[in-house]
Amino acid sequence: MSVIEFLSFSFVQRALTAGILIAVITAILGTFLVLKRLSLIGDSLSHVALSGVALGLITNTSPIFVAVPVVMAGSLLVFKITEHTKVYTDSALGIVSACGISFGLIITSLAGGFNVDLMSFLFGSILTVSAWELWLAFTLSAAAFVMIYIFYNDLIAVVFDENFAKTAGVNAKRINTILVLISAVAIVAALKVVGIMLVSAMLIIPPCAALQLATNFKKALLLACSFSVISVIFGIYISFVLNIPSGAAIIILNILILAFCACIKKFLK
Amino acid sequence: MDTIEVKNLSFSYGAALALENISFAVKQGDFTGVLGPNGGGKTTLIKIVLGLLKAQKGEVKLFGKDINKFDDWVKIGYLEQKNTPSSLMPLTAFEVARLGLLSSKKLPKTFNKTDNETAENIMQTTGCLPYKNKLFYELSGGQQQKVLLARTLINKPSLLILDEPSTALDSASRENFFNLISSLNKQNNITMLLITHDIADIGKYVNNFLILDKNIIFYGSKQKFCGDKKAEEYFGPYTPHLMDHLHADAKSCPFGRHQ
Ligand SMILES: Nc1ncnc2c1ncn2[C@@H]1O[C@H](COP(=O)(O)OP(=O)(O)OP(=O)(O)O)[C@@H](O)[C@H]1O
Ligand SMILES: [Mg+2]
Repeated sequence: MSVIEFLSFSFVQRALTAGILIAVITAILGTFLVLKRLSLIGDSLSHVALSGVALGLITNTSPIFVAVPVVMAGSLLVFKITEHTKVYTDSALGIVSACGISFGLIITSLAGGFNVDLMSFLFGSILTVSAWELWLAFTLSAAAFVMIYIFYNDLIAVVFDENFAKTAGVNAKRINTILVLISAVAIVAALKVVGIMLVSAMLIIPPCAALQLATNFKKALLLACSFSVISVIFGIYISFVLNIPSGAAIIILNILILAFCACIKKFLK
Repeated sequence: MDTIEVKNLSFSYGAALALENISFAVKQGDFTGVLGPNGGGKTTLIKIVLGLLKAQKGEVKLFGKDINKFDDWVKIGYLEQKNTPSSLMPLTAFEVARLGLLSSKKLPKTFNKTDNETAENIMQTTGCLPYKNKLFYELSGGQQQKVLLARTLINKPSLLILDEPSTALDSASRENFFNLISSLNKQNNITMLLITHDIADIGKYVNNFLILDKNIIFYGSKQKFCGDKKAEEYFGPYTPHLMDHLHADAKSCPFGRHQ
């Protein structure tokens, strides 16, 4: 099938629009998270999303709508754990992750086990994005963009050097909280694209590829976004043509780009 | 109003007492050299003064305002001792230096052309302009220090707190550095708190000494320092060396020469 033909389907147009939006937002957030050594928050919060989605399905409400507050709560729980106990952040992420999966599994089994709907959230199904899901992705991404725009330089300062940020009048605690809350929103928005199992890869891999080549911060963000968008567009195309899962196709492309960037870096040095 | 006012301050890390009942005040324009052994609590004291650590006991005021309510950060320049910024953060030297302007901004904090010029000027002053477009994490320790110094000075702060700023610098840069900060102190009446082990280096620039070893061993002017029994005990071995650098003051200084 030609590309023109492919693009003429309205479900493909919806998938691409939602996919590109989410590719950009996860790449930008991922760059901050990777540099803050919080990249595994994607793993952890996506598992919390399982609880949220299952709760949405069992109560016959919207899985996405329920998942947003549940995942936000999960992200704050990570901070509460590290603040009030002698637990490192990575362990706290593991704990929250385990909570998410356990509750998710219990709720799922109460609902009579895995069904098609849950599967579509586990593994993503971007080609089935509905009009209102596209609208939701747009709203969530817009909110995330606005927050990043307002706090852009504060985020850079806190990620780079937290003590400096504090003595420059930046409320580091608030910025960290904002960062994980937006990440929670982005993760839920990305569920439809790559699924719970792979959403953290969208946050980690494009930024890692970009960091191989970036010579300043803007370039890092631009490269991460480009890699992420390219993977989503071609991933969707390939998955449609070869009839393979779109989420997996997108992530494999991301991994190939990362490998390519790592090679270029070796070659340049 | 004193620039820094510390009263009855005690601090411990867990069960380990690091500072005990510290009180002192620093006036605008003072250039204070903070000395003391490794682990004496110098860095800890500075972090409490800046609100980065919360003391269990006592109070701290900056420019007359309690540190917990202080928000006039544009007046403060701070250079940390052990600086471990995110190691892969792809910021150029220029981007790092310019970040210092954050404290003068309101949300959304964006940088304009004037800010870029300000950043280049201060980088010129601290001698790091030649590598402004290089990645910060690819610079040498001393080069990084010059960039961080530019970031610290960019707002023309009225209180400058520097924690062992010269350790990574070569001797020419060190000379430049001390000349720079001493001229800032003299011309702009900037208050300076400088932690160092290089008593020889700062002897000729400072006008006050604070010696800290969990308690305050000595706090006062350079002249008083020269006659102080405790200071003498404390810095006995350094004294002849120190005297070389106290120049004219040395003539009126009773200890060190007769040892
Ligand atoms: N994060 C920490 N946790 C526990 N103890 C600490 C911590 N930081 C410092 N200490 C202890 O507090 C005491 C004072 O340390 P501090 O870093 O203030 O000393 P310093 O005077 O700056 O020393 P140096 O000259 O080596 O820089 C030391 O005994 C140190 O072991
Ligand atoms: Mg120290």
